[in-house]
Parts: sequence; C-alpha cells; structure tokens
Amino acid sequence: MQISLTKHHGINVAIVAIAVWFIWFASGYFDEYTVRILNNIAIFIILAASYNLINGVTGQFSLEPNGFVAIGAYVTALLLITPDAKMYQYAIVDPYPFILTLHSNFIVALLLGGFFSAFLAFCLSMPVFRVRGDYLAIVTLGFGFIIKILAINTPEVTNGSLGLNDIPEFSNLYWTGGIAIVTVIVILNIVNSKFGRAMKAVRDDEDAAIAMGVNTFKAKTMAFCTSAFFEGIGGGLLAALLTSISPDLFDFFFTFQLLIIIVLGGLGSTTGAIIGTILVIGGSEWMRFLDEPMHLFGYTTTAMPGMRMVVFSLLLIFIMLFAREGIMGKREFKELFKSRTKGDK
Amino acid sequence: MDITIFMQQMLNGFSLGSMYALIAIGYTMVYGVLRLINFAHGDIMMVGAFLGYFGIAVLGLPFGAAVLLSIGGSALLGMFSDIVAYRPLRNAPKISLLITAIGVSFFLENAFNVFFGGVPRAFPVPTYLEEMVDFYGLMMPVSALLVPIVTAILLVVILWVLFKTKYGMAIRALAFDVGTVNLMGIDANRIISLVFGIGSALAAVGGVFWAINYPSVEPMMGVLVGLKAFAAAVVGGIGSVGGAVLGGLIIGFTEVVVIAFFPELGGYKDAFAFIFLILILLFKPTGILGIDFEKSRF
Repeated sequence: MQISLTKHHGINVAIVAIAVWFIWFASGYFDEYTVRILNNIAIFIILAASYNLINGVTGQFSLEPNGFVAIGAYVTALLLITPDAKMYQYAIVDPYPFILTLHSNFIVALLLGGFFSAFLAFCLSMPVFRVRGDYLAIVTLGFGFIIKILAINTPEVTNGSLGLNDIPEFSNLYWTGGIAIVTVIVILNIVNSKFGRAMKAVRDDEDAAIAMGVNTFKAKTMAFCTSAFFEGIGGGLLAALLTSISPDLFDFFFTFQLLIIIVLGGLGSTTGAIIGTILVIGGSEWMRFLDEPMHLFGYTTTAMPGMRMVVFSLLLIFIMLFAREGIMGKREFKELFKSRTKGDK
Repeated sequence: MDITIFMQQMLNGFSLGSMYALIAIGYTMVYGVLRLINFAHGDIMMVGAFLGYFGIAVLGLPFGAAVLLSIGGSALLGMFSDIVAYRPLRNAPKISLLITAIGVSFFLENAFNVFFGGVPRAFPVPTYLEEMVDFYGLMMPVSALLVPIVTAILLVVILWVLFKTKYGMAIRALAFDVGTVNLMGIDANRIISLVFGIGSALAAVGGVFWAINYPSVEPMMGVLVGLKAFAAAVVGGIGSVGGAVLGGLIIGFTEVVVIAFFPELGGYKDAFAFIFLILILLFKPTGILGIDFEKSRF
C-alpha cells in the first residue's frame, strides 16, 4: 500500500514520528492514571476513526460499534486467557471443551477478533444494504442488543453475565498507540483511494454515484466491513487493557460515546475523529465533578450520578442544531492549511 | 398443553401485541411525514408512564384523570421536542435529524435517571383493573382485556382522523410533498407538530398500559420497547397505520407463544423482534402490508 498524499510525505512522517515519540515519552514518564487515560484515548481513536468511515465518509448511519467491539473483545479474551485460568472461571455451567483448548498469542487473537467482526458485518450487510435509508441504524442497533443477549445467554462460551476475568494485560501504550497510528494511516489511505472516492460519492448522492457506474453496494459493504474489522481489534485491545469484560460493558452507551466523538469532531473527517476522541474522553474525566456533590452559592447538592450523560446528550443536540459541521467539518488536518493559503474553501 | 392455557397465552400475546401496536403507530406516522426514525419515541412512552405514576402516586388523582394528564403531557412533550429539536433541521441532511433524535432520547433517559433515580418504582394499579374476570372459562385480569379493546378503539379513531377529517387530509398530503402542502396554504410545521402530538399521545397510552401490566416504571423502560415497536412498524410495513398494528400483534404473539412452547428460549425473548426485522428486510423490505409510497399514504 502506498503512503497517501505523497506531496506531503515529509509532514506525514513528521506527524507519525512525533506520535511515536509521544508514546515512548508518555509510557516512560507519565503516572499510571494518565497512561490509563491515554490508553483509553488510543483505543477510542481506533474505534472513532473506523466508525467514522461508515458513518461520516460513506454516510450510512449505523449504530453498531458496541456489537462489533463486544465480539472483538470476547474472541480476543477467549484466545488470551490461559486454559488453567479458564478452568475455574466458568461458574454457571461448564464450558464447551474446545473453549478450553483455545489459546494463541496477542497478535493472532487481535486479528481473529477483527476478522470475526468483519465476517459478521459482511453477513449483516446482505439484508441491510438491500434497502436504502435508515434501516441500517435500526438493524445495527438491534444487532448490538442481540450480541449482548447472546453473551448473556451462552454461558458455555462467555460465562454469561459474570463475564470473563483474568485476561492477561497485554495492552500497553505501545500496542494501543501503535495500532491507533496504523489504523489511522490505513483508513486515510482507504479514504484517499478509489474505494474512498466511491464511498464519498455514495454519501453525497447515491443516485448520481450509480449513474456514474459506482457499485454502491460494494462501496457500502467495504466501508462497513473495514470499520467492523478495526472495531473488533479495538475491542480486543480494550479487553486486554481492562483484564475483565462482561456483557454490560457493551451496551448502547458505548456507541453513544463514539457517536458524540465523531459528531463533535466533524462527520467525515478522520482528523476530527481524533480531536473529538481527545476532547470527549479527556472531557469526561474532567467532568467527573458533575457526578459528585456540588457546592453552589452556599448550597450543597446531592451526588447526581449520570449528570455527565445529561450534559453529553445536550451537547450532542446543540452541536446538531447550531454547529452541524462539528470542529473539522469534512476536512482533514492538511486541508486546514490549504484553505488558509488559497482562501477559497 | 390444554386448550385453556393455550387460549390464555393467546390473550396474553394479544395484550402485549396491542401495546407494541400503540407505540408502533407513532413511529409509523412520524416516519410517514418526516422519513425520520424518532428514536425518542420509546422514551416519550416512558415519560407517559412516569406522568401516570406521578398523577396517581404524587398528586393523588383518580386513574382516569392520571391517564388524561399522561396523554396531555406526553403530547405536549412530543410537540415540544419537534419544535425545539427537529424543526430547525427540516432542510438539513437526514443523518443530522437521526443524531438529534438519539440526543433527545438519551437526554430524556438520563434526565429522568438523574432526577428521579434509576430504581424501578411500583406503579399503583387501581384495584378494579386487577380484578380477575371469567372470560369463557379463562381467568384474566381486567387490564389484560382492556388493552386490546382500547387499542382497537384508538385505531378506529386514528383511521377516522387520517381519512375523514381535513387534518388527516393535510397529514396524508404532507407525506407526499411538504413544499406543495405549504403552497396550498397549510402550515406544514403545525401539521408535523400535530403528528408528533398524536403519536406521543398514543405512546403515553401504551406507556400507562405497560406500567399496569409490568407494574413498575423506570427511566430505561422505553429503550427496548421502543426498538421492538419500531421493528414491529417495519415488519408490518412502515408508513402504514394498519401495518403498525399488525406488526405489533405479530411480534407480541411471537414473544408470548414461543416462550410458552419453548421455555428454554426465554433468554432470547428480546431478540425475536430484531430477527423478524432482519428476515423481513431480506425477503420483503416494504413489510407485510407494505404500501407503495408513490400511490398512497398511511
């Protein structure tokens, strides 16, 4: 695969080099709490950039990440937990024998999680892309629920609502940050390729795209599968970071967070997805005070868990009403400079 | 399985299906005029149930008055959400409308969660609704019989409004072409708000019934019910009021009957609606009573 935007080769290399240096610096010198947040940010960059590919670039509104992240997380976790650790975990029923024998190294586990998600996305795309419009949103939303229901109801595989524990903590900033960089590069390359142009054509005017000979079904399916693949990998990283997963982790709230991220950053912009991730994940750490008792003008309010979510949902509505483009609009980082020099965008 | 239990399950399915149908009508009407999946619809049903609860438990109103309060309050909330959140986006891309709807939905859920707590509250069911009646040998609580009857009455009323009144004509015209409706001297925005009001009022009735049959209210109760009701609307044929009722009944029946015959599938109850949805999209994307959008509306 060729590196995109060959004209700006230097800038690309410089940005990647700075990111790599930052990862090295952060894992060496920052305290544990900060590194944990940075790990979260890196994983959410992977998820947001890939979610943006189907939602923003291809314009097919879907609500699936929690489902695919759950699949990636469970596949990775089942492959990573050692057979000994599995033996005593299954409290509800005994696992299927083959579950106990599964074991692989981290890379294979992540990739398998990704491929599994992508395969399911391919199966889903058959019914969904037969119809136009918003059906994708509701089917993918239902899909997320089905995955959660399956995870609860197949204790032979997933240990039911107790979830899987003792996942070896493979994820560190080198893994999460490194994969985040690779993901962003791959997605930018797709966006700037022939396929990416087809995806954008589908978003802007599907009829015109068909008239121009674009295979819109193929473009949509490709975007959907690619985004599912990276969401699966992100889920695997998340499982190996948290060391324990349960079905409750992957409810609709997870998707909602990603939706706010890409809307805030600007639907269709990968740079926007990165900025949005930093603002939302960092911001929700900062806004923890909202959930706790507050002292206002001499009054002390009671603790209000969930207040952050009220603020986030209002934020989402306000962005849609007053700043629909988000921070970056559809532009990428480089186009910011272009528009300034040319002044025509 | 003897015939009594079988009939009992059929009635249960009918009752559950009617509740889905009441909520699905709101989805299908809003989709008909705006092509919008109103994600907040399930949460408006939740607000309706809460208003009924507050009416009885806090204000001490009789049941009928509490239901009226719930209907009125929910209709106002539905119209308010349209005016504040959806009206400014009439000319925006549809994806923006969908995202706003999700925002409204999440806002309602979380605001109720923060201010009224996430713990389910027992719904004070009036005693005369809990009495058991002998219905040709079947013992049924009054409420389970009431739901299908009220749904049938409301369905007739809605169809009458849609097809026999001037407002209904405006709504059907709106579903064809908003611009032309404006040219005919009708305020399209007012009619759209009216549609939201009607849909929300029906959702409130559904919400109160839900609270009676599963006697509790909590902020997240509308999420899954709302999604299933939307699936019902698509299965029946989105854009068609009769289809919404049919889809609701089908999904309600399936949930009750499958579990009655195959109890081991109980954990998968919530997945049936979505499996139906995927199957219908595969084989007949317009739904069972799918209407040709070029020729007729609702």
